[in-house]
Amino acid sequence: MGRMGAEDPSRAFPTEPPPLIEPLAAAELAAPAETLAEPSQPRQPGRFLSWLWPKLAAVALGLGIWQVVVWSGWKPDYVLPGPLPVFQRLAQDLGQADFYTGVAVTMRRALTGYAIAVVIGSAVGLLVARVPIVRKAVGHAILGLQSMPSIAWFPLAILLFQLSEGAILFVVILGAAPAVTVGLLSGVDHVQPLLVRVGRVMGARGLGLYRYVILPAALPGFVSGLKQGWAFAWRSLMAGEIIGVVSHVPSLGQQLQVARDFADAEQLLALMIVIFVIGVVVDLAFGFADRSIRRRWGLLA
Amino acid sequence: MTNEAGLSDEHSVSVERLTKTFPHGDRMLVALQEVTLEVQAGEFVCVVGASGSGKSTLLNVLAGLEGATAGQAHVHGRMALMFQEPALLPWLTAAENVELALELRHVRRAERKATAQELLELVHLHGFEKRRPHELSGGMKHRVALARALAQDADVLLMDEPFAALDAITRDLLHEELLRLWSSKGLTILFVTHNAREAVRLGDRVLVFTSRPGRVAHEIRVDLARPRSLDSPELAVIAGRITERLKQETRLRVG
Repeated sequence: MGRMGAEDPSRAFPTEPPPLIEPLAAAELAAPAETLAEPSQPRQPGRFLSWLWPKLAAVALGLGIWQVVVWSGWKPDYVLPGPLPVFQRLAQDLGQADFYTGVAVTMRRALTGYAIAVVIGSAVGLLVARVPIVRKAVGHAILGLQSMPSIAWFPLAILLFQLSEGAILFVVILGAAPAVTVGLLSGVDHVQPLLVRVGRVMGARGLGLYRYVILPAALPGFVSGLKQGWAFAWRSLMAGEIIGVVSHVPSLGQQLQVARDFADAEQLLALMIVIFVIGVVVDLAFGFADRSIRRRWGLLA
Repeated sequence: MTNEAGLSDEHSVSVERLTKTFPHGDRMLVALQEVTLEVQAGEFVCVVGASGSGKSTLLNVLAGLEGATAGQAHVHGRMALMFQEPALLPWLTAAENVELALELRHVRRAERKATAQELLELVHLHGFEKRRPHELSGGMKHRVALARALAQDADVLLMDEPFAALDAITRDLLHEELLRLWSSKGLTILFVTHNAREAVRLGDRVLVFTSRPGRVAHEIRVDLARPRSLDSPELAVIAGRITERLKQETRLRVG
């Protein structure tokens, strides 16, 4: 509710002695002054709780359904254990160095691949946006690339790089980069033409126009591309680790596969929870970035 | 082509037999036909016309955003174009919007902040420097846009129905602001509007545009003393005459 003050006449005209400036001028100046009273509210504990409790309730519901399925006896305990033994196992894992090695290996791969994908995806996006002929040539190909299941790249990646870190990196980059490119392009396409005209009137040309006007204006689209890119990178990475591209290094995906090989269902589910939580945390970070952009732009309801 | 003796080195606007056509389906749409006009240094000229009379096209050609089909259009001096919307960059604060115009003029970083501050004070926005556009009222956004135009160090302001979307009271305040800046800074202004009263309130001269094709049909010199009030009967009489002519022109076109 960004402009409450503007609609409420009693706030626009304070009840104290009338201001000495012309009342009309006061009307124009005072209304927005009130508007700004609450641009960034401090996080009150009440607000945090009201943000948190539906999520906790959803988690509780999910665990409840899981427990009910276990109780129903649909599958034996050693195939589908209940939440309690799984969380006990998770707590046990959290005390072991191997677990952290796995997480570290997986995160290192994810972040490296993702960072390279962002650089490549942005560079390609900029090139495609800037040069119309390039766009005509590869615009559709990039969209097609984005919807290609990245696991389909693994056979080629393994031929090219053998069973190596290089193969995983190759697929993670190919999975994420097109999404980043598409995000940047859609951001650039949705820039208001008026802002571009203003930039030109102020004397910005060529790359200057991109630097000062078009790229900042494309930021919301770019961020959603970044988020999508992360999702693709993460999926590609899990696929690569599970099919055992580098099976001697204890990554999260590899540990998941080992748990299956040993029919260790508790360990398997514990690891899945870890993978899920990492996804949620990253998503929260992107959500935070997105919200802070929209708040700055005044697009938040 | 135009060699207006003595004016060439002053800031001014000259348009000589300017024609602009757009392809429209399989026909050509004539937006401007042989438009000729002059705005002398320090003059405030308003162009009034119905919508679709090519007024905006005229300014776009003058600002170099579009090319001329035939004829000449020149702005002598530094020029800034203001749009109907304030068109501030939403990710920048009021001060940063003004500073960007300075940066694009290669003003040194150290000077930008102080200059932007001065310009915002000039349009009565002291204390609002750190607000982002969405935290400002419509009128205030236009004030920032005005400060930004001045930051382009413009001698010539081209204004394309700049206050059309505002309420009457805010618009009146901005008229006063604009007139104050015009006289104190010695600006040259070409102001496009569809509102005859606004044109008479502001302009030294009013040019009446016909529609399709856009041409200058009449020129009216406004000799009313300043400051002028929108409510004065003299102003209403002149505005009434302009509106009558606009209507005639429109009837002629429509048949």
